[in-house]
Amino acid sequence: MSMTMRRSRLHRREHRAALAFVAIPVIGFLLFTLFPLLFSVYASFTNWNGISAPVFKGFDNYVKMFGDRYFLKSMWNTLFMMIGIPIGLVISLGLALALNRKMRGTTFFRTVYYLPVISSIAAVAILWQWAFNGDFGLINQGLGLLGIEGPNWLQDTATVKPALIIMAIWKGLGYSMLLYLAALQSVPRHLYEAAALDGAGVWQQFRHVTVPMVRPVTFFLVVTSIIGGSQIFVEINIMTPTGGPEFESASIVWYIWQKAFDNLQMGYASAMSVVLGLLVFVITFIQFRLNRRNQFSID
Amino acid sequence: MSPQPTLISQSAQKTEDSGNEASYGSRPSLPALPGKHRRTSKDRLGNVLVTLVLSLGAIIMIAPLAWTFSTSLKTREGVFELPPQWIPDPFVWENYLRVWTAGPLLSGIQNSLIVACSVTIVGSLTSALAAFAFAKMRMPFKNVLFLGLLSGLMIPFPTLMIPQFTVFAGIGWVDTLLPLIVPGLFGNIIMIFFLRQYLSSVPDSIIEAARIDGASFLQIFFRLILPVIRPALAAQFILWFMAVWNDYLAPIIYLNSPGKQTLQLVIGNFNAQYAIQTDYPLIMAASFIALLPVLIVFIVFQRQIIESIALTGAKG
Repeated sequence: MSMTMRRSRLHRREHRAALAFVAIPVIGFLLFTLFPLLFSVYASFTNWNGISAPVFKGFDNYVKMFGDRYFLKSMWNTLFMMIGIPIGLVISLGLALALNRKMRGTTFFRTVYYLPVISSIAAVAILWQWAFNGDFGLINQGLGLLGIEGPNWLQDTATVKPALIIMAIWKGLGYSMLLYLAALQSVPRHLYEAAALDGAGVWQQFRHVTVPMVRPVTFFLVVTSIIGGSQIFVEINIMTPTGGPEFESASIVWYIWQKAFDNLQMGYASAMSVVLGLLVFVITFIQFRLNRRNQFSID
Repeated sequence: MSPQPTLISQSAQKTEDSGNEASYGSRPSLPALPGKHRRTSKDRLGNVLVTLVLSLGAIIMIAPLAWTFSTSLKTREGVFELPPQWIPDPFVWENYLRVWTAGPLLSGIQNSLIVACSVTIVGSLTSALAAFAFAKMRMPFKNVLFLGLLSGLMIPFPTLMIPQFTVFAGIGWVDTLLPLIVPGLFGNIIMIFFLRQYLSSVPDSIIEAARIDGASFLQIFFRLILPVIRPALAAQFILWFMAVWNDYLAPIIYLNSPGKQTLQLVIGNFNAQYAIQTDYPLIMAASFIALLPVLIVFIVFQRQIIESIALTGAKG
């Protein structure tokens, strides 16, 4: 009897200490995530300039949004620029396969390909803006060597998004390459040996051993890239400060930022930010569901 | 959508099965692969080709960085020479002196250091304490609290930035570093997640033993847990430091006066201001200075950083 009482007292003390240890992040979550989230949802139903009191307007902002050409355009631009994600994943898997070979220089290559990842996005945007310069830029110089006359990348409606995609692939390649490399190194060798014994060629081994084995990494990268891609802002802000030629490179976060902090339409901007949040949530949720189904069928 | 995954997974199952068979049998009894010698010479040829392709790729990866450095050492007119020069003629090292007086670069570095150091040092401690509690201590509502914190990861910062801004504006914190520092002091859920994961491999028995010896939980944390998680903590610390150092969206919302801005904003303004005056060498010198600290940190701590990131993927 006294034994169990002592134990429960000990447990209570442990509970108190544990709750104290997690209290700080939990309070931080309430203050800087949950409260702002609820407030954003509330503000999205109001007309609000950030200074005077918000005026309740029902669904006005949401209705307005879908008639707002600039909102639709920036949403489209943001989605369009995600084309770079699958391209980047394919290239980085190829790189990881190459670096997974037993040969000299792999550490060196790994470092070189990783350099853009750790570079600050502001500095990277500045140097790529210069590299995309129509007359004196590095890109058109390289194209000139091949006898191609390059466009004025960031001023041309047809090339401004491809330019930003190229830069994003360059910046992100090293990260996905590294994760793929880690996944490849954990694939048991006997799977390949067994596949080879069964008469599987290189392509079939890749298709039926490598691809399924790195699927969790692919899933992780797709989810994080979409979440990151939906929030593209810095490169737009620096490389095309006015949203690009004919608004062709304005992203959704760029437009929210402009509406909220330049035009002080904070209610409207909140509504757009809620839509962005929902979009990220839905994409993450769908990906998790798809992944779970895949996991099931492997089991 | 569904037929493809099942197709792959069926075949994955097949290979997995046969893999298991192979591993049950003792290794040496496997028949030797035919043509072993031919394969190694083919491997060598493959290695040469792969190295060539990787080198070409490496040049593409390095070129923009090298071009930045080269431009930063040119004269203002030299930038516009055709065909462009890769090796500046003459070398204008003076650009790297000019840049310090051309804008608030020094105060930018100071501000970035203040923000990044205070956030990561205090925030790592609060995160580590929470990770310890989540991994090793009995507590009511443990899973609810942990999942709640994790769910915060799914909410993008732009959805939170407008209310955060108005609250910080209300208490007069706009144009100070406080809105960038204070939220970070409360810890970082990604760090909590990985430290908790790391701690799960530490046996409970050492903590029980310390409890029996009469150590308090705080003592256990500082004497037992902190030394154990040091490698994971260091790697996460560096990653977080670089993320804060490179941040742009939060600083651009809060900081207006040039002397208050962080380094990333300062170089952004350099870019806007000096592009009009076509002083590209100055812009590139400032950008290169902004890149350098992180490049150095990366090259020094390369192994820890790379291993930690690889772990992220494996666990993610």
